[in-house]
Amino acid sequence: MYRPKIEVRGLRYEAGGTEILAGVDALVPAGEVTAVVGPSGAGKSTLLRAINRLIEPSSGEVYLDGESTGSLDPLELRRRVGMVFQIPALFGVSVEEAVLYGARLAGRSADPARLLEVVGLDPSMCRRVPETLSVGQQQRVSVARALALEPEALLLDEPTSALDEGARRKIEELVRDLNARLGLTMVFVSHDLSQVERVADRVVLLAEGRSAGQWERPEFFSTAGERARRLIAGRL
Amino acid sequence: MEGMQTVGSALLTLGLVAIAVALSLYEKLGLEKEIGVAVFRSFVQLAAIGYVIDFIFGLESIGAVALLLAGMVLFAAWTSASRAGDVPRAFVVVALAVGVAAVATLGLLLALGVIPATARYLIPLGGMAIGNSMNAASLTLTRIRDDVREQRPKVEAALALGATGRQAASPILKTALQSALIPLIDATKTTGIIFLPGAMVGMIIAGANPLEAVRLQIVVLYMLLGSVSIAAILVGTLSYRSFFTPRHQIRKAMSDE
Repeated sequence: MYRPKIEVRGLRYEAGGTEILAGVDALVPAGEVTAVVGPSGAGKSTLLRAINRLIEPSSGEVYLDGESTGSLDPLELRRRVGMVFQIPALFGVSVEEAVLYGARLAGRSADPARLLEVVGLDPSMCRRVPETLSVGQQQRVSVARALALEPEALLLDEPTSALDEGARRKIEELVRDLNARLGLTMVFVSHDLSQVERVADRVVLLAEGRSAGQWERPEFFSTAGERARRLIAGRL
Repeated sequence: MEGMQTVGSALLTLGLVAIAVALSLYEKLGLEKEIGVAVFRSFVQLAAIGYVIDFIFGLESIGAVALLLAGMVLFAAWTSASRAGDVPRAFVVVALAVGVAAVATLGLLLALGVIPATARYLIPLGGMAIGNSMNAASLTLTRIRDDVREQRPKVEAALALGATGRQAASPILKTALQSALIPLIDATKTTGIIFLPGAMVGMIIAGANPLEAVRLQIVVLYMLLGSVSIAAILVGTLSYRSFFTPRHQIRKAMSDE
């Protein structure tokens, strides 16, 4: 299984006259879970959208194993680097259709029942109407639909912020489980430090659109990362 | 001067406008100024177009008719684009859509021999086709814009799964086209029962045979359905590049940050 490392160099993005990313450098090692943290408005979600090119950076570049994503076909890039959002936004009249949305567009086949199993849902849910599922279940379906394209990497933009505590923990376990079983390179945006401690191997800190440090998890949660942790908690 | 007297007597109907103004004042709708502007503009514009049409009738030149219709298309595009001001390339999109809709429907009516190639037919029918197409174009464009903003999470989710801009916006396009076409379809369904359309009313008052008035009204209705559909579909197809970049990203102008 090919799992790329993701490198972000000098990334800038401006919209409506404000610079949302003002020079971000970050390294996401292959097959690891990297958390992107920072105060709100730091540009975390924007950074994620620049990685799969949902937005076009004004300058700087993102590399997948040294290959510039700016020169890739954006549709192909997004199939290689899947994304899960805060809100599930499922398409179709059945869960099966929702899971197969991206695969069908790409003209690929996928096994929806198996994918539901992978994300910890009962395969019989295939015939359910997506809206009748709980939000936590819908979020798992949205992970399954990203996996249907057999991505090399997965971006997660605060995937648990709309969920209750129980569903949140299950998504966290799912992220660790997918990382362990599939070895996916993952970038996980979170504003919850206890979640970062449970999920991430590595931490990238953004502040005011700039990269403000990178740590291995144990290092980040030791005294070395104390200043960063206070910054995120808004106590600096 | 008999013409001027008729216009003068039409001014007496301003009394009816007073009712609208009174309602606006009484219910504090804040529409008095808009009503005033609308009344003034409609009077000036209609009087002016009356003289222009009269002048063009005198010229008996099909080139002058085409020029007038082209002017109407540009004015329609300008009106519609200013309503959807923040949509990139709105003017070009609407001008193309309305222009093609008018040319296609009038051309078909001419080619089939339904109407003769005279100013008397082309200007009023063209005006109706252009006006209605403009409304449909505005509705379609603003609806797509609002839905791309409102349903941004859905659009982004589709794009992130490898959908093209067009594929990601296709549910939005569908509802926009429905909302643009349904009013005219409903009007067409109920025509003759609930209301008598303007062209027919005008002809009957002017002394035409009611059956001849009906014949022309049928032509008008079907022409409008055709031109409005063409305009709405063209706006839908052409405008997706106003909302998405060639790299299938939502344009910055569409984000509310």
